[in-house]
Amino acid sequence: MTREGPTAWFPASLAGRAASVLSLLAIWEAAAWFAHSRLFPGAGTVLATLVDEAMHGELLHHLSVTLARVAVAFALAMAVGTVIGIAMARSRAIDTMLDSGIVLLLNLPALVIAVLLYVWLGLTETALIAAVTLSKLPTVVVTLREGARTLDRDLADMAKSFHLGSWRTLRHVSLPQLSPFLLVASRTGLALIWKIVLVAELLGRPDGIGYAIQIFFQLFDVRRLMAYALAFVAVVLAIEWGVLQPLERRLTRWRR
Amino acid sequence: MAPVTVGISIDIYEKRYPGHAGAKPVTALRNLRASVTPGEFCVITGPSGCGKTTLLNIVAGLDRNFVGALHFEPIPAPRIGYVFQNPRLVPWRTVRENIALVLPNQGGSAELDALLTEIGLADAADVYPTRLSGGMARRAALARAFAIAPDLLLMDEPFLSLDAAAADRLRSLLLRLTSTRPVTVLFVTHDLTEAVGLADRILVLSPPPGRVVAEMPITLPRSKRRDPDTLSALRAELGGLTDHPVAPELEDGWDTPG
Repeated sequence: MTREGPTAWFPASLAGRAASVLSLLAIWEAAAWFAHSRLFPGAGTVLATLVDEAMHGELLHHLSVTLARVAVAFALAMAVGTVIGIAMARSRAIDTMLDSGIVLLLNLPALVIAVLLYVWLGLTETALIAAVTLSKLPTVVVTLREGARTLDRDLADMAKSFHLGSWRTLRHVSLPQLSPFLLVASRTGLALIWKIVLVAELLGRPDGIGYAIQIFFQLFDVRRLMAYALAFVAVVLAIEWGVLQPLERRLTRWRR
Repeated sequence: MAPVTVGISIDIYEKRYPGHAGAKPVTALRNLRASVTPGEFCVITGPSGCGKTTLLNIVAGLDRNFVGALHFEPIPAPRIGYVFQNPRLVPWRTVRENIALVLPNQGGSAELDALLTEIGLADAADVYPTRLSGGMARRAALARAFAIAPDLLLMDEPFLSLDAAAADRLRSLLLRLTSTRPVTVLFVTHDLTEAVGLADRILVLSPPPGRVVAEMPITLPRSKRRDPDTLSALRAELGGLTDHPVAPELEDGWDTPG
């Protein structure tokens, strides 16, 4: 991911972001005006629908259900994947034992995992969370394994010779070295997970954005379909700009 | 601080590095015997690859994979301050935070401030290590080692790759710090001038596998060693001791005059 240096983000990039969002909306509006079809509503119409659905419709209900699923699956995949990734980097035996399983999961389509788990566990919340977590897990494992393999031996020896203990070594010496890898896993993870959650909802749950999209698809209600999708995109952008990027700046402020 | 400090008896029968990926196993140390008395400034010197760093890592407890014995007297588990060849500061913590990290209580600030001032780091306390000069980074590593009030100080060519003036300033600083504290020092260097300038006693290791082949106590007070003629006489004496075990092709590893 390329972006401007950490010092130049404000306010120039804030203005830049606003310009980029506004120009996207303008292109959309113009395209809709040319198409002039009920199946391609413009930005204004969709935004109005979004507000209306948020105030009077079920948008907030479906959105919060989906976000909760994303949050749980994300937290599970990150936590379990980090532990497995570090264990694989540290032990050749564990690495050999788990490697083929990780390769299998990496290449198994999320759709297959979701369908199988719905068949085995029923159309349940557990099946959905398990399917989404399993789809994300291998990329976290692979990323953190790479990260843990690059841990600085010299600093580890320093920590050992000064008797830092395992908690302080982890907290102050190892985790900061892993933070870029955790950030990469978080970024790609969020993008991947919310796509998979929607598919899993569409397949086997009676609520959430994915379920709503399916209903609107059957009704050919493109206006509301786009409003729901837009609401979700807005939330994900807010997380990227409001959480991940500030976190990254905080973690890298010691670099010149 | 207790006036008692620690002595070491080292008896290493053998230290081997297993061969990796087809490389042959290497014997780094063999039949290395030495004892260090409490409060002594002991310098270890020898040709490149003779296992000086390996020896320090064994004394530090970082490397327990050797055949032999290591005893500390009268403190069985001394506090050890290690100054590595590279400063090994944690880059995401400031100088002060780096030092506080190794302190059990994260560092009472008054004591830490006094130490930072003594070592000449008062102005750099809140700077991240990437912005420090080589000399300042060495000072920070020195401060970290002294902050834990060590019984034993291990130093692995700590002033290598500094310019002569900066290295001299740091050597004086080190002598000042050790003279006011009860601490035993094990100092590795291949620079003979540095060795005779600092040591109470010098141990000379053989080419690999390393063992102690000569020792040279230096009783002359350090203030009298500043004289260039005295220094070169001591150096020549040490050079005489080291000539014997050094094969000609290994002499590149030694600091030569000029």
